[in-house]
Amino acid sequence: MNVLHSRLKTTQDLEKLREQLRKNREEKSTYLAVCGDTGCAVWGSKTVKNFSQECLEKKGLAGTIGLKFTGCLGLCESGPVVIVFPQEIFYQKVQEDDVEEIIEKTVLKGEVIERLLYNDPVTGEKYIYARDIPFYKKQQRTLLASNWKNDPTSIEDYLALDGYEAFEQALTKMTPREIIAEVKNSLLRGRGGAGFPTGAKWEECYEVHADQKYIICNADEGDPGAFMDRSLLEGNPHSVLEGLIIGGYAIGAREGIVYIRAEYPTAVAKVRLAIAQAEELGLLGENILGSGFNFKVSVSIGAGAFVCGETSALVASVEGRVGEPRQKPPHLAERGYLNKPTVINNVESLANIPYIIRHGAVSYCLTGTEKSKGTKIFSLVGKVLNTGLVEVPLGMTLREIIFEIGGGIKNGKQFKAVQTGGPSGGCLPASLLDSPTDFEELSAAGSMMGSGGMIVMDEETCMVDIARYFLRFLEDESCGRCFSCREGISRMLEMVEDITRGESSPGQLDLLRELAHVVKDSSLCGLGQTAANPVLATIRYFEDEYLAHILEKRCPAGVCRELIQFSINEELCQGCGLCLKKCPGEAIRGEKKQPHAILGDKCTKCGICLETCKYNAVLKS
Amino acid sequence: MLNLTLNGLEISVEKGTTLLEAAKFYGMEIPTLCSDEALSPYGACRLCLVEIGTGNHSRLVSSCTYPAREGLTVRTHTERVVQARKLLLELYLATCPSSKTIQDMASKLGVTKVRFKQKHEECILCGLCVRMCAEQMQGKAIGFVKRGIKRRITAPFAKKSEDCRLCGGCMYICPACQARCQGPQEKSPICNACLNLSAPCLDYFEEAMCYMDPCVACELGTGRKAKAQS
Repeated sequence: MNVLHSRLKTTQDLEKLREQLRKNREEKSTYLAVCGDTGCAVWGSKTVKNFSQECLEKKGLAGTIGLKFTGCLGLCESGPVVIVFPQEIFYQKVQEDDVEEIIEKTVLKGEVIERLLYNDPVTGEKYIYARDIPFYKKQQRTLLASNWKNDPTSIEDYLALDGYEAFEQALTKMTPREIIAEVKNSLLRGRGGAGFPTGAKWEECYEVHADQKYIICNADEGDPGAFMDRSLLEGNPHSVLEGLIIGGYAIGAREGIVYIRAEYPTAVAKVRLAIAQAEELGLLGENILGSGFNFKVSVSIGAGAFVCGETSALVASVEGRVGEPRQKPPHLAERGYLNKPTVINNVESLANIPYIIRHGAVSYCLTGTEKSKGTKIFSLVGKVLNTGLVEVPLGMTLREIIFEIGGGIKNGKQFKAVQTGGPSGGCLPASLLDSPTDFEELSAAGSMMGSGGMIVMDEETCMVDIARYFLRFLEDESCGRCFSCREGISRMLEMVEDITRGESSPGQLDLLRELAHVVKDSSLCGLGQTAANPVLATIRYFEDEYLAHILEKRCPAGVCRELIQFSINEELCQGCGLCLKKCPGEAIRGEKKQPHAILGDKCTKCGICLETCKYNAVLKS
Repeated sequence: MLNLTLNGLEISVEKGTTLLEAAKFYGMEIPTLCSDEALSPYGACRLCLVEIGTGNHSRLVSSCTYPAREGLTVRTHTERVVQARKLLLELYLATCPSSKTIQDMASKLGVTKVRFKQKHEECILCGLCVRMCAEQMQGKAIGFVKRGIKRRITAPFAKKSEDCRLCGGCMYICPACQARCQGPQEKSPICNACLNLSAPCLDYFEEAMCYMDPCVACELGTGRKAKAQS
């Protein structure tokens, strides 16, 4: 449905077009939504979509039944996900061969195909409708709601679903001051991690007088295990764009920039397409909707440095310089991009703006806790049954997210910790599962909200190893400018590595703690100031595990290679030779049908023998 | 003029003054490795930390890059500052013990032990040479490459730069590579033993090239100047 539209000159034109699009949409209310986001794409959703297209055309249904290749539908674990509208019948793990049946039975006759239904991994219960599935039921999908109904490459879909209504309202009925007041009243806090009030940020920039101002959307999402911003940009790019334009109008900017990392090529393409579509309709450009407001948006591509998510480094990167942070103040509202006042907002913060303008701050404030309002998108990953993208009201407890939405831990294992906030956050133990997810509570617990990555860990995870993982990441991603961050992280890593090898002492642990505090205190930017969190939080909650490594030279979770040993139980070993064949280090010896043995000096402790043995004869100690 | 409190003292400074400059003007010494009056502030060495603000909201910032602001409370030698500074110096000693500048500073601040594993780096990446070359010599012949732990200073593509006029400005300003400390041995990274020093100037430099002033060797009567005088 790529109708060429002429430029909209007035708000009436927009209304007329919207009415037309709504009518078109109602006529085509039966459609298949195939998830096109990365998770499902890996499971093969693109083939499913192409095959559906062919099928519909072959049957002559292409004109009456719609097909949407949507953004993330949420339940990445069960991909490819297909939802049949208007009934919202939810099918999981759909493959090429199922497509014809879905069209024949469900779309045309309304019958439900049992075998494709979602099967609750805990209770075994089957669910027909998406809204009934526990994973969705507990969520409050405000920002992600339209992902189900929206083709991200179509501005028509977005307009038909009330898109750009907030912008129209802001442009024609509100002054910049009123918009800022509304955002301030909504208590919206930056979703990038630190949680700075968005309204206050805008106001600061609004108050500064300058001939040119800029607003930048920060899509430099780099936390391991986090994909909220990418999913938003890929699933509903216009919502972010609309937020950006409203923000630009509010602070008095005439230019907006979307800064996306190069690792997100699909997001880049979709945002570029969205900008082109908005320009074509006259929602961007000169004299927008006859209001006299000019605004243009460009895309800037980052070279993939974690530190460029820090605002001053981001500005340096957009300007074409090396992405290194600088001392603030002067704040970006005084001296930002090209030394002009600049506001930088996270993708998710901007996506909240249209909702706030359309429904009002009061309605927005109904959700959330006292100081943290609205919903938050988390990417729930790790050892949890329902991995995926979840949107919950702020203040929901970790337990509800992990066990009720996430369905609990995989393979019946025990929950050990949850990591929030990426490399700047920390690991929280089971005793804190009932603490609510809001900015203050998580910070007080030694972690942080961060951008919304949530990595669940089970009993087989070594917390010292986790600290090592994040330190390695940070050692590589630090810009290296300030000594405390560069050398501090490298030394913390050195000490943690010593611990994983059992070559440390209690004195070194104290020194590690001391160093961590100094790195936190004395570094220049947010990266260094939070770099010690993975260490401090794991020591705080899992000190016994550190001490087991140091004093007993033992890794309780059996992860740290230097501290574990593999052996073969002679009584259980049947001499099948499978482990011998699989061992990459040729460290297993034995005659056929005779008990095998592992040669200690050759063993690289990869654990492949343990995985391959059918008789549980391989022991890890 | 901006009014602020520096170590309990009511002071006023011109707009645009950094906290380091203000402290220096009022006679309060703050150690630095990467700052020089003639060069733009960089904030890399983190030794010039000061504590700003009061109560729970106080934090540490590098005074060389932080501009003075109206009503700011600055403290240059709180326990928190001194501890951070000492640990950082310990880290410097563990990284680059052959720098006389660092050794002297460590002695002055009373850093008497190093608990980290010993490394022997040549460069602390303070960036003085890069700024010297660009800002004072208009050369821009050297710069930083790579990031994080791989960061280092080199000429473009690691080749001899055509922009380099061999002026030696980079070596003059370097706190690590030129003013070599001969004291530390492999086993003990801390010198604390200037008496054993044989003056490097005798072996390496003409008299006119002696940049070191004050020079421990001269003060002790073993350096070139001292010998010339006697």
